[in-house]
Amino acid sequence: MVRHEDKTVLSLMNDYRGEPSEFALVVPVPEVLHREQIHIGDRELFRRIDAYSSPRLVEYYDPNPCQIMMREMTPMDAARLAAGSKLRSAQTESLGVTIEAQYTVGEYDIVILSATQSDGLEEWLHINGYHIPPGASRALKPYLRQNMKFFVAKINLKEHAATGLSYLRPLQFAFSSPKFMLPIRLGMLNAQGPQDLVIYALTENGRVETTNYRTRQLPTGVDLPSSVKDDFQSFYKDMFDHQVRLNGMTTVFTEYVWNMAWCDPCAAQPLSQEELRKLGVFWLSDVNRLVPQMFPLPPQGMAPVILTRLHVRYSADTFPEDLVFQETQDTEHYQARYVLHRPWQGSPNECPAAKTYFEELEQRRRKEAENLADLTGWNMEKALRKAGLNPSEKPGPWWHGLWD
Amino acid sequence: MQTDLWSRTLLLRGRAQRIDPRLAQILFLGMLLAAGAYLRDFAIHPLQIALTFACGLACQRFCEALTGRPGRSLRSALITSFSVTLLLRAATWWIHPLAVSAAIASKFVVRWRGKHLFNPANFGVLAALMLLPGTWISAGQWGADVAFAGWMVGMGSIVTRQARRADISWTFLAFYVGALALRVMWLGQRWAVLLHQLSSGALLLFAFFMISDPMTIPNARRGRAAHAALVCAIAFIWQFCFYRTNGLLWALLIAAPAVVLWDAIWPAPKFEWNSKGESDETTLVPLPFNGGADRPGWADGGAVGARLLRLLRRQKRYLPVQPRLAGRDGTA
Repeated sequence: MVRHEDKTVLSLMNDYRGEPSEFALVVPVPEVLHREQIHIGDRELFRRIDAYSSPRLVEYYDPNPCQIMMREMTPMDAARLAAGSKLRSAQTESLGVTIEAQYTVGEYDIVILSATQSDGLEEWLHINGYHIPPGASRALKPYLRQNMKFFVAKINLKEHAATGLSYLRPLQFAFSSPKFMLPIRLGMLNAQGPQDLVIYALTENGRVETTNYRTRQLPTGVDLPSSVKDDFQSFYKDMFDHQVRLNGMTTVFTEYVWNMAWCDPCAAQPLSQEELRKLGVFWLSDVNRLVPQMFPLPPQGMAPVILTRLHVRYSADTFPEDLVFQETQDTEHYQARYVLHRPWQGSPNECPAAKTYFEELEQRRRKEAENLADLTGWNMEKALRKAGLNPSEKPGPWWHGLWD
Repeated sequence: MQTDLWSRTLLLRGRAQRIDPRLAQILFLGMLLAAGAYLRDFAIHPLQIALTFACGLACQRFCEALTGRPGRSLRSALITSFSVTLLLRAATWWIHPLAVSAAIASKFVVRWRGKHLFNPANFGVLAALMLLPGTWISAGQWGADVAFAGWMVGMGSIVTRQARRADISWTFLAFYVGALALRVMWLGQRWAVLLHQLSSGALLLFAFFMISDPMTIPNARRGRAAHAALVCAIAFIWQFCFYRTNGLLWALLIAAPAVVLWDAIWPAPKFEWNSKGESDETTLVPLPFNGGADRPGWADGGAVGARLLRLLRRQKRYLPVQPRLAGRDGTA
């Protein structure tokens, strides 16, 4: 989602896995879109932006306590989360439906509809072979009342076969509207249980947040047991589940906010100017030439592009309204980042400091296990096992070793 | 006998209400700030909070010294500082002190017939939003938690009742809820949408802790009702016709000059915090008088002073108190 002043470029990628013939997408749009306002995006761009903004692990190696050593840092590849809301859905003037425009763009057959009655619109979609769930008219009505048009797409099987692709490419469209929102209510019609949506917002001045729901950052910078590295994806999934539960599934979570010119640590190379333009960042000119860097220091002058990655899990009950956003003036960087400390591999007898180090290491590992339990909601026993500690072993009293 | 009883009841009421409503407001705003910082992880740094209060209080003292007004409004300055920290977010530390200084200074500069025109916090926050870089308001920061909303309504009703300005909060909410309900019906949305919109912490904070400021709203109850309707209309158009953010705050700022008009149409004695922190209206309550057949509507706040004046006029007792009621004693 790219937003600048009143202009929006929306790129939608679906994780649709059913029969292409049954695919249907209905998106309310504020105006009748011209052919040039619609574009087929590149799925690779989504992969790039996902990799760049993913929650990440950082790994530190403990120094030899007997020497002064430099710290080493390794950025890690992190979890990938499926993005995109799934919308499945299906002509005549008697139904109050008007076809404002009709295009074939890539593998999609697109019609832009306006309608006077939501019942008529639902019937029209059924008659024309769009598979939309029953009760759609009620969800369509609020958009219709606000004089919005409907961008309706289904797969042109011939064109889809010609692309030779087994997946559907993202659809992009550009339009002007004072509304900065994302219609999520339609997608809830055929949802079974809560849905996940990851939003990548690209703006010029600051991070993006929701105005009608609370936006909060996920816990970050927490020290965790080093074994988390083996299964970071399942840790992150459990942590996200737990945070959603704690907040009653009413909150939008921020996973990443960073200026597009750099990153630290980098989960992947920042997007190039060309890639950003393909995503719809239209205000970039050659004057402010963007040279992305993977350095741990900000480059000379920031890029006029800030990426906000929002992750929301919603259900029809907890998110009764569509998401409404605002661009803030907040440019502070944030990333969901979890820290592993690799213990020093020496012997406690090497020097007096080494003995103290190993005693403190034991306490640190317990603390890491506690952090893990706090973040994920796991019980302490599971967390201790994950940290490689024996749950039946209790830590000694505080005065143990006090006079050594 | 009945009259004596009535007078005694009034005396008791008078004593019970000697607690300055601003104290309750300070307490509740403090609780909200603490709750916001710890439960809602507000993006505000302790340094920003400390600077806001230091600058707010210093600016109040400075302006008082400059204008020769008696120094007794530190409580109001505290409330303004709380409101600024609750509403305004900024990336740098120097924004909050500037915003709160603008807020306090506006009380002394933008005045009309002995009343300051703008709600200080409202003016300071929006001036910062318009003029200073790196500022924003997180309207969604409170979330829409029904339990939290109930807590806010409870606290807000206590404060507004104490200040005898509960009528504008409830009138505003009635208009706004009505408008939202009509919109939900017209759009064919579920009622859950309305409940979600009403549980918004930002809306309740505005209704009970901002629009109810006795100093910047019309003196007469009718005027306050008209003002609530106007603010509601502007906020609604701002949010749902122009799709702009922070409609409530902008509406209060835009509607502020209309208070002059409402006060001209429906004149009434001006609200004053006196040296004990009570409103002058409250101190007038225990005056001994006879013949309480024509009972003034004490409990409903609003135009109590006006009604009392009418009553005293009939009893030829208005001369010693009229200047105070009319707000001509030079206090602010």
